[in-house]
Amino acid sequence: MSVRTLADTKETALDGGPSPLAPARRPFGVWFKDKGWRHVVGIVTTIFAVFPLLYVLSAALDSNGTLVGSNGLFSRFDTGNFVALFSDPTRPFGRWFVNTLVVGTVTSAATVFLGAMAAYAFSRMRFKGRRMGLLTLLLLQMFPQLLAVVAIFLLLSGISQVIPALGLGSQLGLIMVYLGGALGVNTYLMYGFFNTVPQSLDEAAKIDGASHVQIFFGIILRLVTPILAVVGLLAFIGISSEFVIASVVLTDPDSQTLAVGLYSYVAQQRSENWGVFAAGAVIAAIPVMALFLFLQKYIVSGLTAGSVKG
Amino acid sequence: MPKPDLRELPATQGQPSPEQSVGSGARPTAKPVRHPDSLKGTILKVVLLGLVDAFAVYILMMLFLSQSWPALAVSSLVVLAINWIYLRKGGLPAKYLAPGVLFLLVFQVLVVVFSGYIAFTNYGDGHNSTKEDAISAIQMTAQKRVPDSPAYKASVLTKGSDFYLLFTDPSGKAQLGSSEDPLTEVPEAGKDSTGKATSLAGYQTLKFQEIVANQQEILKITVPVSDDPADGTLRTADGSTAYQFKPALNYDAATDTFTDTDTGSQYRDNGKGAFADANGETLATGWKIDVGMDNFVRAFTDPSLRGPLLGVILWTFTFSIASVALTFVMGLFLAITFNREDLRGKKAYRILMILPYAFPAFLSGLVWSGILNPEFGWLNQTLLGGANIGWLTDPVLAKISVLVVNVWLGFPYMFLVCTGALQSLPSEIDEAARMDGASAWRVFRSIKLPLLLVSVAPLLISSFAFNFNNFNVIYMLTGGGPRFADTDRDIGSTDILITLVYKVAFGQGTGRDYGLASALAIIIFIIVATISAISFKQTKALEDVN
Repeated sequence: MSVRTLADTKETALDGGPSPLAPARRPFGVWFKDKGWRHVVGIVTTIFAVFPLLYVLSAALDSNGTLVGSNGLFSRFDTGNFVALFSDPTRPFGRWFVNTLVVGTVTSAATVFLGAMAAYAFSRMRFKGRRMGLLTLLLLQMFPQLLAVVAIFLLLSGISQVIPALGLGSQLGLIMVYLGGALGVNTYLMYGFFNTVPQSLDEAAKIDGASHVQIFFGIILRLVTPILAVVGLLAFIGISSEFVIASVVLTDPDSQTLAVGLYSYVAQQRSENWGVFAAGAVIAAIPVMALFLFLQKYIVSGLTAGSVKG
Repeated sequence: MPKPDLRELPATQGQPSPEQSVGSGARPTAKPVRHPDSLKGTILKVVLLGLVDAFAVYILMMLFLSQSWPALAVSSLVVLAINWIYLRKGGLPAKYLAPGVLFLLVFQVLVVVFSGYIAFTNYGDGHNSTKEDAISAIQMTAQKRVPDSPAYKASVLTKGSDFYLLFTDPSGKAQLGSSEDPLTEVPEAGKDSTGKATSLAGYQTLKFQEIVANQQEILKITVPVSDDPADGTLRTADGSTAYQFKPALNYDAATDTFTDTDTGSQYRDNGKGAFADANGETLATGWKIDVGMDNFVRAFTDPSLRGPLLGVILWTFTFSIASVALTFVMGLFLAITFNREDLRGKKAYRILMILPYAFPAFLSGLVWSGILNPEFGWLNQTLLGGANIGWLTDPVLAKISVLVVNVWLGFPYMFLVCTGALQSLPSEIDEAARMDGASAWRVFRSIKLPLLLVSVAPLLISSFAFNFNNFNVIYMLTGGGPRFADTDRDIGSTDILITLVYKVAFGQGTGRDYGLASALAIIIFIIVATISAISFKQTKALEDVN
């Protein structure tokens, strides 16, 4: 049985498992039934998960450049694609990168701030329409903004005629559009987390003469940092991948984001620019993935908290 | 963007503090402060609100200058509301909610309402303005060179980023004009030795190389001879000689018809926002009108749309249900597999497995489109030794490919979520059931899975709603292709509703049809909302809201 042999070698290679050294203590069959098959699943899944990433890394390092030339994985190593990437004036990759960072950072910071303020209000204050407000947010998050992309386009083109700095082609306009979705699911995630901070802390602070602003900035925000990081990061990842609205709003190549710009690399001639595109993809992905892995503990706990609370 | 106030205004009677007169307009009077830092807070609040108001005043002025009265009225009300919220004493929740809600109202609620309005118009290419604009646009664009019109000498001038043409008519008179400004005489223009006017104070004259470099812009300049479009325009093809052009279509305001000056055929208002002749030929430029349910009717009756649209709707459901089901099953299976404290390398597996989730989604589709490319892709060329399997060009295989890629993208999320949910189940359940003699499978199926579903079901619904509009994976991987053979529209086997909306609204080739795109978006709204509402009711997730 091939699976069994595969598992056998895996066990020796990866696990350094007990059976080769002390087969008498624990028969292979028992070990495999208990744990070995888990490694088989793990290895197969890992290959499935990681292969496309290795493929794009290999293509980025091979300045042969075409799609067909990228098929021999890691057969060549050079940085020609990266040089080409930064030297094409009609496709200003450096600008796209900076634009994405600016739009992503500003939007996610503002999203966290607006969401946290709303979550604070929902979690700590009792007011008329509170329940309705929460329900409305829950329903509104079902309507992604990209469905209204036509209306957004027409609204911004209307704004362009009055205040060009906020209309079509403006990153500020794009950020404002993104902030339209700042409450939605984020408030919900944060609301759940805010509720886990005991209200007695607020009360104690209030007795000591703290204002609601001091409680919000001085106590609550410090205690909910993990969820702020999760929301900020998820917002950043979402925005750096957002294509539809950005492609409609940002018309000038100099103002575009990575999603719009890199798509233009392969939209027409998919096979010729492949290596350069792959180099761009690697540079675009590495910061996001690094941040993700760095904060993954928080992300996992944030998602899990969301899943348990519903 | 309005900022939250930093402190409640302490409200008692007394002298208005000097800081408070900085902001906008009328302020309530402030009281001696009670808290040690309240002065600082008040100053900050006044400064922030002052900045917001200054910005608001700028916007209101711009709106006033552009005479957008309804927008001006609404904006003024918003500015008043913001000031009222932050200046009054009570209403603390509103102070924290207002900024987010403002953006939500404008860029989420308003645009949805606006989409609803557009869905009932014929807004789109050739129908994006009023009838008056359309009439003058037709007169401006339908131009023919006047048969023996005299040749004008022309020079190209610029001022800022605008282009102007300086003409010398056959009698030697110098005249200046641009696309916006009709001809005006400029006797002070400087002339060269041949008597051609070449320069004018305050303007720069383009040199030959610059004319060549800006050829496209220069070709577009059409200088109206007078305020009346019927008088025609002057245009230049080479930047040095201009000819007079006259409308090929004459508009008669009394009968509201255009008459072709050559053939004599008449175009009249066809009631559908365009001028049409007796044979139904319409002029290219039309105007925006309300068309009622026409877009919705067209979506389900137009033969080039009806068949493909039904296919797209079916596939959208198949795609989103299959995506949720496959990612959930795979995620749950992995969560169970790795839910063992004593498994070696568990952490490494987990990090490697969630990498696809961290990889930017728009890149995933593009990268996979390279791997799966039928001619040059790695899968056919390297793994299958040069096979020619149409992973992205065969209708069925393309659908399978889209699903596989979406599973690749989505399983890490489900894996994380299921792991969390599994770990939150109390361990006693397991022990108790085992004591009663239940098998591991039985414990899972009858106890753990139902408990797990309670906490995960809302996420499955959100995941369905997300995949229903999962634009990136479709658009980046297949672009919606392979195209259907039975329609001339750009619709294909893997298009889901949202990519269809995007293509109808902004696609290349076929004209932009905002009205139809918005109608399709409204249909999607209704589908997603209905399904979400029903399933949330089923899972009673809303009852948790308190």
